[in-house]
Amino acid sequence: MTAGRAKLDWGRRAVLTLPFVWLLAFFLLPFIIVAAISLAESRVGIPPYVPLFDWTQGGVWPASHASLDNFVQLFQDDLYVDAYLHSLSVAGISTAICLLIGYPMALAIARAAPARRGPLLMLVVLPFWTSFLIRVYAWMGILKDEGLLNSLLQGLGLIDQPLVILNTDLAIYIGIVYSYLPFMILPLYATLERQDPALLEAAADLGARPWRAFLSVTLPLSLPGIVAGTLVVFIPAVGEYVIPDLLGGSGSNMLGKALWDVFAMSRDWPTAAALAVAMLAALVLPLGLLNRLQRRLEPAEEGA
Amino acid sequence: MTRRPLLLPVLLNLGYAFLYLPIAVLVVYSFNASRLVTVWGGFSTKWYAQLAHDERFLDAAWLSLRVAVTSATGALVIGTLAAVVLVRFGAFRGRGLFSALVAAPLVMPEVIMGLALLLTFVALEQILGWPHGRGFLTLVIAHVTLCTAFVAVVVRSRLSQMDRSLEEAALDLGARPAKVFAVITLPLIAPALAGGWLLAFTLSLDDVVVSQFVTGPGTTTLPIEVFSSIRLGVSPEINALGSLIVAAVSVVILTASWLLTRGEAERD
Repeated sequence: MTAGRAKLDWGRRAVLTLPFVWLLAFFLLPFIIVAAISLAESRVGIPPYVPLFDWTQGGVWPASHASLDNFVQLFQDDLYVDAYLHSLSVAGISTAICLLIGYPMALAIARAAPARRGPLLMLVVLPFWTSFLIRVYAWMGILKDEGLLNSLLQGLGLIDQPLVILNTDLAIYIGIVYSYLPFMILPLYATLERQDPALLEAAADLGARPWRAFLSVTLPLSLPGIVAGTLVVFIPAVGEYVIPDLLGGSGSNMLGKALWDVFAMSRDWPTAAALAVAMLAALVLPLGLLNRLQRRLEPAEEGA
Repeated sequence: MTRRPLLLPVLLNLGYAFLYLPIAVLVVYSFNASRLVTVWGGFSTKWYAQLAHDERFLDAAWLSLRVAVTSATGALVIGTLAAVVLVRFGAFRGRGLFSALVAAPLVMPEVIMGLALLLTFVALEQILGWPHGRGFLTLVIAHVTLCTAFVAVVVRSRLSQMDRSLEEAALDLGARPAKVFAVITLPLIAPALAGGWLLAFTLSLDDVVVSQFVTGPGTTTLPIEVFSSIRLGVSPEINALGSLIVAAVSVVILTASWLLTRGEAERD
C-alpha cells in the first residue's frame, strides 16, 4: 500500500473524484449556502431572498446586505428560544430513555448463544425497514384519547378517565424512542459483543457478584458504544420534525417544526436558514465528538 | 459458567413487544370493517379495495418507486466508491474531510439537509440555470446524497472484513487494479452491495422531510401523500397501505437473509 500521506496516483484519484465532488457539491456547499442566506434580509412571503450583494451600484466592492439581524431576532423572540430549549430537552430525555431500554436489550443479545445473535439483532433492525411514517401513525391510533391503550386500560377497570397522551411531550418521547431504538442498540451491541467473557469470569472468581461485575467491568468497557449510540440518537432527534408534528400536536414547539413552519407557512427563507444555523451550532460539539469516536473505532483501516 | 440470569431475556422480550406491538395493531386493524380504531366491526378487506382504486396513492407510489430505484442505484455507485476510498486508500490529504462528509448525512437532522439542498438548488438555478425547477431530478439528487452514507457504511464493513489474499494473488499475477476490483472484489462484496442498495431504496421510498423541501408542485411522493392525509386524521386506508409495506418488506428481508445464509453455508 502507498506510504504515509503520499499523493494518490491517477487511478485512485479517478475513484475518489466522483464521491468527493458529489459530497462537496451537494453536502458541503449547501451548508455554506445556508450560512450565507441566514445573513440575508428577512422578508416574509417573498422567497427566495434578497441577494447578499448588490453589484448594480458599480464600484469595486458590491454593496452588502449581509447582517446578523436574523439571529438577533431569533434570540429576542421567546417562541424560538423556547423551541430551542424544548428541542434540546426532548432530545435529551428521549435519548436517555432509549439508552435505558436499549442497553439491556443489546446486552441480552450479546450474551445470547452466538448462533442466535444474528436473528435476534435482525429482529431489532427489521422494524426500521418498514415505513417510519406508518409506524409513527400506528402510535397515533394507540395513544389517542379514545385509542387502543385507553380503551384497554378502561376495559380492565384500571382508569376512569382516558389518559391524555397524544399531543403531549410524553407521546413525542415514545415516538422518538420507538423510531431510534435500533440506532441505539447497534453500537451498544458492537462494543458489548467484543468484550472478552473471560473478564467476567475473572471478576466472578475474585468474588464479585454479577451486579458488581457489571458495574465495574461491562459498563465501563462499553462506554464507547454508549457515547456513539447516545450521539446517533440525540443529534437527529434535536431536529426531528415528523414525530413532534404527528404525536406532539399543534402545541409542541420544537426547532424542526419551527423551521418547517417558517419555511413553508411564512415563506421566510432567510429566517429558516438562520434557524438551521442555530440548530447546527448546538450540534457542532456532538457531531465533532461522534466523528472523533468513529475514527478511533476504525484503526484497522487507517493503517491500510 | 455462572447461572443464567433471567432478567435480561425478560427485558429483551419486553423490548421486542414494544417494537412489534404497534405494527401488529396496524395489520390487525387494516382488516377492521369499522372506521373506528376501538370498535371491531368484523373482518373486511374493503380498505385494501379502496386503496387499490385511489389514484392519488397509486400515482404517488409509482413516482416514489422510480425515484427510489434511481436514487438507490446512484447511491450504490457513489457509496461503494466512497467505501473503497476509506478502506483501501490509507492516509491522503483531505481524508479527514472526506470521511466526515461521508458519515455526516447519517445523523444530520433532515430539516437542515432539506433546507440546505433546496437553497442550493435555487442558487444553482439562478447562477447556472440548472437544475430547472424542482421535481424528479432534485428529489433524486437529494436522496442520493442522503443514502450514499448508508451504502458506504454497509459496503465499508464488508470490505474491511474481507480476506485480501485473493486480490493480492491476482495482483501478483499481473492483473490491473481495476480488473481485480471488477473480477474479484465486486463478486466478493456482492451481498453487501445488494444490502446497501436495498437499504438506500427503502430510505428513499420512506423519506418525507427532505422530499418535502426539495420537491416541486405536481411531484408528490408516496410519503408526502401519506403524511398529508395522516395530518387530516386517522384513515383506515393508511392501515392497509402500512400492512402492505410490512408484508413486502418482510418477504424481501426474509428472502435476502435466507439467500445470504445459504451463500455463506456454501462457502464454508
